[in-house]
Amino acid sequence: MGWIGESIESIKSLQIRQVLTQGVSLGMIVTSALIIWKALMCITGSESPVVVVLSGSMEPGFKRGDILFLHMSKDPIRAGEIVVFNVDGREIPIVHRVIKVHERQDTGEVEVLTKGDNNYGDDRLLYAQGQLWLKRQHIMGRAVGFLPYVGWVTIIMTEKPIIKYILIGALGLLVITSKD
Amino acid sequence: MHSFGYRANALLTFAVTILALMCTIGSLSDNLNTPSPSAQIEILNINWFQKQPHGNDEVSLTLNITADLQSLFTWNTKQLFIFVAAEYETPKNALNQVSLWDAIIPAKEFAKFSIHTSNKYRFIDQGHSLRGKEFNLTLHWHVMPKTGKMFANKIVMSGYRLPEDYR
Repeated sequence: MGWIGESIESIKSLQIRQVLTQGVSLGMIVTSALIIWKALMCITGSESPVVVVLSGSMEPGFKRGDILFLHMSKDPIRAGEIVVFNVDGREIPIVHRVIKVHERQDTGEVEVLTKGDNNYGDDRLLYAQGQLWLKRQHIMGRAVGFLPYVGWVTIIMTEKPIIKYILIGALGLLVITSKD
Repeated sequence: MHSFGYRANALLTFAVTILALMCTIGSLSDNLNTPSPSAQIEILNINWFQKQPHGNDEVSLTLNITADLQSLFTWNTKQLFIFVAAEYETPKNALNQVSLWDAIIPAKEFAKFSIHTSNKYRFIDQGHSLRGKEFNLTLHWHVMPKTGKMFANKIVMSGYRLPEDYR
């Protein structure tokens, strides 16, 4: 209890100059997080360099809550690569494996078909109605790295927003009350 | 200075740093492994070969796949995803890759195998240029790690040819 009392005490004794300093340091944390994210976007060439696996369609390789690191280079897409793609009319991107590739002779355009390792059939049912193939513009990146479990943090926060607010509140309080 | 929150924060930061370092070293240690996988694929039979009503060629094959992929496993390997693809060139497409069969190898003891199977996924061309077509069969593998970087590679086997006529 002494810790909480101390915190309240320190909030009461805040002065305008101190408030400003805390505000600046809070801003520094937020902006540096943003800088890291944007820098990752530049390095990997993908609009979302890190994705969380949300479904079990790639089990047992990737489970729900695992994190994938994406990379989007100019290299052509080949069978066997795990790609993250957006389908028109669907908000959530899908992480599946490429099983067929057809690359045009004249234009160099690719048409690919994907499938989840754990799914019975290919992804044509998930694509937009009447769409048979994915094109380059649907693909956001290919998975190059893997980290288990870490994505649970974001899954819990999006599914139980209360926890998110509690966490943000607690962190904010910590920043305000911390004495350097 | 040495409040409870301060100590908890320091402990948590330290624990996460050590965990991240261990994951990085574990992933880097995969580079020390120099695998020497081997594979043979034999086409035992062309089950049927026809032109679909809307004009694409489709063929059904029976394959015998023999492979020894044990050397791909390291302590950081969760599983191996392997697949066999037919690769060929047509007047329309510079490259066609059609996956015919795939499997997940969960552990090293299953990585030396010989299997007799017909194609699991349909071998359909984009068009109708499969007659008399020379093609490669490639065994691809994708090493899925417990943590860190993923590895992929393949063995290309060439010199396969489809029959000149539908059957």
